[in-house]
Formats: sequence, C-alpha cells, structure tokens
Amino acid sequence: MAKLTISELQKLREKLAQERQTREGNARGQIIIHMGTCGIAAGARKVLTALLEAMDKQNVRDVIVSTSGCAGMCSKEPMATVQLPQQAPVKYISLNEEKIVRILNEHLLQGNVVKEFALAVGSERMG
Amino acid sequence: MPYRLHMMVCAGTGCVSNRSLELRDALSAELARRGLDKEIEIVTTGCNGFCGVGPILLVQPDGIFYQKVQVKDVPLLVEEHLVKGRPVKSLMFTPPEAKEPVPRMRDIPFFGKQMLVALRNRGMIDPEKIEDYIARGGYQALAKALTTMTPKQIIEEIKASGLRGRGGGGFPTGIKWETCVHAHSEDGVRYLVCNADEGDPGAFMDRSIIEGDPHSVIEGMVIGAYAIGAHQGYIYVRHEYPLALKRFMIALDQAREYGLLGKDILGTGFDFDIEVHRGAGAFVCGESTALMASIEGRVGEPRAKYIHTVEVGLYNKPTVLNNVETFANVPVIIERGAKWFASIGTEHSKGTKVFSLAGRVKNTGLVEVPMGLSLRELIFDIGGGIADNGKFKAVQTGGPSGGFLPEDLLDLPVDYEKLYEAGSMMGSGGVVVMDHTSCMVDVARFFVDFLQSESCGKCTPCREGIKAMHGILSRICDGKGSEADLATLEELCSVVADTSLCALGGSAPNPVLTSLRYFRSEYEAHLQGKCPAGVCRALITFRINDKCTGCHLCFKACPTSAVLGEPKQMHSIIQGKCIKCGACYDVCKFEAVTKE
Repeated sequence: MAKLTISELQKLREKLAQERQTREGNARGQIIIHMGTCGIAAGARKVLTALLEAMDKQNVRDVIVSTSGCAGMCSKEPMATVQLPQQAPVKYISLNEEKIVRILNEHLLQGNVVKEFALAVGSERMG
Repeated sequence: MPYRLHMMVCAGTGCVSNRSLELRDALSAELARRGLDKEIEIVTTGCNGFCGVGPILLVQPDGIFYQKVQVKDVPLLVEEHLVKGRPVKSLMFTPPEAKEPVPRMRDIPFFGKQMLVALRNRGMIDPEKIEDYIARGGYQALAKALTTMTPKQIIEEIKASGLRGRGGGGFPTGIKWETCVHAHSEDGVRYLVCNADEGDPGAFMDRSIIEGDPHSVIEGMVIGAYAIGAHQGYIYVRHEYPLALKRFMIALDQAREYGLLGKDILGTGFDFDIEVHRGAGAFVCGESTALMASIEGRVGEPRAKYIHTVEVGLYNKPTVLNNVETFANVPVIIERGAKWFASIGTEHSKGTKVFSLAGRVKNTGLVEVPMGLSLRELIFDIGGGIADNGKFKAVQTGGPSGGFLPEDLLDLPVDYEKLYEAGSMMGSGGVVVMDHTSCMVDVARFFVDFLQSESCGKCTPCREGIKAMHGILSRICDGKGSEADLATLEELCSVVADTSLCALGGSAPNPVLTSLRYFRSEYEAHLQGKCPAGVCRALITFRINDKCTGCHLCFKACPTSAVLGEPKQMHSIIQGKCIKCGACYDVCKFEAVTKE
C-alpha cells in the first residue's frame, strides 16, 4: 500500500465504509429469503446465491439480506419478503434466479414493486 | 460476494481466555462446511466490555447479542440463525429480574445506558485491520487537524472542550499542551508520551482501548504531537499486556505503511513516529517522572516536581505525558468540535469516562458513561446490582489508593471534584464494589499491603509510613489494637500524604482515611474483639448449633480434624484445633455452622 494523501484517505474511507454498511446496520432496505425446508427444497438456496451474486456484480452494498423460516405457503416457495423503510412489506412467490434479480433492481434499488411476482402487500398481524 | 451477515466475535483478553478464538475457528469451519463462508463474514473485535458473560458474539446487521457461546453451540447457531434466520434464544442474555432473554444488544440495560466516545469503535472493528478503523471515520480528524488547523487552534479546541487527564490526575489536557509549547527547549525538541502502564489491580480501561482500537490512540498522539511540535513519541506499555502490545505494534506498522505515521504524514510535511517501550510492571512507573526515568533506562523512581515534566521531562526536554484514554478522546474532539464535547458531563468534568466495574457486582466489565452519572446508576443500573443477593457496603473508586465510599454517598455524581471531596478520587477509573462479606479494616489492610510492596522506597514517608500503617492495621485485624492506634493511624496518614515525594505515597492513605471516616464503627468493633463481617480470623469463632443433622460433611471438609462427631449425631468444633478456614461453614447445608 502506497502512502496516502489527504484526498486518497477520503476516497479510501468512502470505499471501505460502503463495503461495511451492513455491518453497521445501515441499509436502504431488507430482503428476507424464506429458507424453511419447503423453501430450500423448492430452490431458495439458488435464489439466495443468485441475489448475492447480482449484488456483487452491481456493487450493491446497502441491502440487508436475511434468511428466515417457512412463510406458510409452502406450495408457492421459494418466497421472499422485501421491506423498505416506512413501507409495508411485500411478499413475492414462486421465485427463481431471474425473478430475484428483477426484484433487486426494480423494487429494492428503484422502489417499484414487481407486481407480477407479488403475492400481497403487508404481513400477517402478530399476536 | 457482499457479506450478508457479520459475526463479530469478541477477542478482548477476557473473551479470549474464555476461548473465543476457538469459537471463531469452529464458526469458520462450520461456515466453510456449509458453503456459507463467502456470504457470512467473521470479524474478531476488541473488548465489548461485558466481560462477565463472555465469549460474546454479535450478529450484524440484526444486532443480536449472544453470550457465553461455546464451541458446542456452533452447529445449532449456524443452522438456526444463519440458515433459517431464527435467532437462538438460549444463547441470549437475560438481565437480572427479567423473565425473557433480550435479543438486541442496544436493549440490554448494561449497554443502553452507556455513551461511547473513547470506545466509539468498540466491538465494531477488527483492531488488527486499519481499514476497519478508516471505514468508521478513522484518521479523518488527523486530516482535518493537519490541513485546516494550526497547532495553536488545536490547543485552543482541546482547552475549550474541557478534556482533563483520564489517567487519574485530571489535569486539563489543553493547558498541559500549551505549557509544553511555551517551555524552553534549546534545540526545539519536544516529546510526546502515552502512558499505558495502568498498574491498578482490577483496572483494564487502557488495555481494552489499545486491544480494541489501537489506531484511536495513535491518531490522538499524532494530533497531539502536531499541536506541541513533537516529532518523536513513546508509548509506555506494561509487559503484562501482551495482546495490547501485539495489536499496537501491528497498528503502528499499518499506520506507517499508509503514511499516517513517520515522515511526511499524509503528504503535509509533518514528521512524527512512535516508539514502544515496555515496562516491567512496577506500579510506581505509572507516575510521570518514574515512567520517564524508566524510558531513559534508569531505575523507575520519581523525582521531586518543583519543575514539571512539561518543562523538563524525558531526556530533559519539554514532554507531554497523557494517558491512553485521553489520547483516544482527542480525535473525536477535533472532529465533532469542543462545543459538542463540552456539552457532555458536569461543570468541571466534561465528556465521558471509562470505568472497569469489578468486585461484588453482577455485570462486571468495562463501561463508558457521561461524567456526572451517579455511583448508584453505575453500580445498580449498569452493573445490575450486587451479586448473589448481597448487600452493598462500599465502593472504591480510583484504584488501590482510592477511598471507600459508603451507601449514603451512592447518589454522588461521578466527577473529579466530587470524588475528591468525598475522600476518594477518579483515578484511572477502577471501580471495586464490596458487599456485606467484606471487612473494611481488612480491605484497607489489603490495599495498604499492595501499596507497601509497590512503594519504590526512595522517600522515607512512603517507604516507612505505609509499612507502619500496615503494621497497625494488621494489629487491629488480629484483635490487638487499641484506641491509641486509631489516633496514630490518622496522624501517620496525614504525614505520609503531605510529605511523600509522589502521588503513590500522597494517595496511599486514602483507603485508611476513608474507612476510618465512613466505617469507624468497624474499627471500634475490632478494638472490642469483634469483626462484624466475620473476616478477620483472630476475631471469629466457628460453632455448630442444634440444626446439625450429623451429615458429616463438615467433618470431612475440616483440614485439621477439628470437627468432632459421629454420623447422624450432632457435631462440635474443638476450638484449639480450629484454624478458622471456614471450610465447615462453606459446606454446611443446614445453617448449622455459625460464625461470630
């Protein structure tokens, strides 16, 4: 590593901070891949990998990718839930590797719900 | 691939000794086995402060806090949390009095009440990676200082912030720097030294800062050096801190590599480098003049300070000596401004203070709180109260030569002046909590014994005076004290405090004076032949009462065969044979053994 100048330090900081955004808990939104037994059997693992690869390729670092258990509609797996701040969560059904990349680009990055894959807006009530 | 989860494994000394590095390796192997190693990152961090529940594991971005995680928990944790997204309740922390475990770190009272300034990167960075520090804004304050501020402006900013020495003295840092700049130096050479000697038993603030965030200290030192015009700095680390030493050395190398230390820092033309000096662990070497003597290769003994070290210090040059925590605060002040810093704390004590909570408190560990917080909040809210349902008796602040404060002073705000007025001191931030099982005379004797052996012996009042104090305290503990002893003790204390060469002798009487001031009845009880806490062996008697079921446990436990009795018959103790070790008392399940 060469010695830094002031401006190089600023640039390096921005780059490093961006790479570590999710470590701080900062994100533009969150996507949950449902990874119950049914989800995994239906290909949720491939969906998750495709999502992470697409994020890598496009250098998206500010989306939280989480996993969770079965969403309850086993026949419609693989499923995912997208949650943007101050918006109702959206559930997506019958996903595959191509669909998840569209959800990333259209919903998470641009804020437009991909209606054709969406099951419903909102989540079940808790309690 | 971007990491979707970050497993922050605590690698402070406390957690490492609880095998957190083995936990890290097991996690790493399990992730690799399941092919998750490309999407889940393992980060080894510095001390999180909650040392009592280690090994600690924090999962980000969820903020889930796991405690006491063992290697055997790894498969379950990976399967449940990392694959299925279901946080594992059984590994979460349940605060005292709470019924359910608390998943998120910020909701745990121990963490929630803290305010992190010196420890701002605690648990969030890998201390061995400068990139982690830079990502969180590290070295930005240095860039700001070097390019937009003059040395004079920096000193003014530090003065305005109200920052005072965190090593114990509480001297205003800005004024110290200013005095050093004004001190005459023929060849213009000035030195900057960081005191990381931290000799107080049970105190580990500085160690944790260096282990967890070494660059914050380096950055503070470079800013300080620029302000006073020093080009050579030293850090004096005690030899007993191998992990701190290792991480500091790594940090120094990285900083040099990036041009943040050495020649022409950040291309601004300013030169400064830091040399590490290892101390051999003498308590007195935390004292400024003794520390400098030790760096120079002389015996670590203090000198009289008619002339202060800011004027004639290391190698007879004007020298600034600040403590680790003081330096760690500097970058934040430069970055966020003096006004912000001065808005925290009390009138004369600004900012936050790091404390190590130890003794009979439920949540032992390292905490950073705003100045002015009461001792009660510190011990009962953050510390979680007294362990094992004990009853609070006293708290010692400021290390072995700090004073003991009683229950009715619990609402005292933690601030330099208030603690001093009460007969104790801020010191470097050690807080030792004592409960009803501690005898204050015995505890005073314990600390005086420590100070007696750590006295360097150069000046008579400290060398002979503390020894004499120890003799009298031992006599009282043995039940051979007299009323006159108390008067002699008080007189001795004032002579030692007034005439000792350095602060070791100057503050050594604190434990004795405060125990006499707040717990005099315990001394008087000892003169009457009683130790109320049941600690001083010469003054206690063990007996067996009629609750005895003849279970024979005490018979087996007694090392001197002083317990007499057949199984299923009532037992008794032969007083002549009893060495008062308390083994019978500890094993009895029927409260049949009494101590009086």
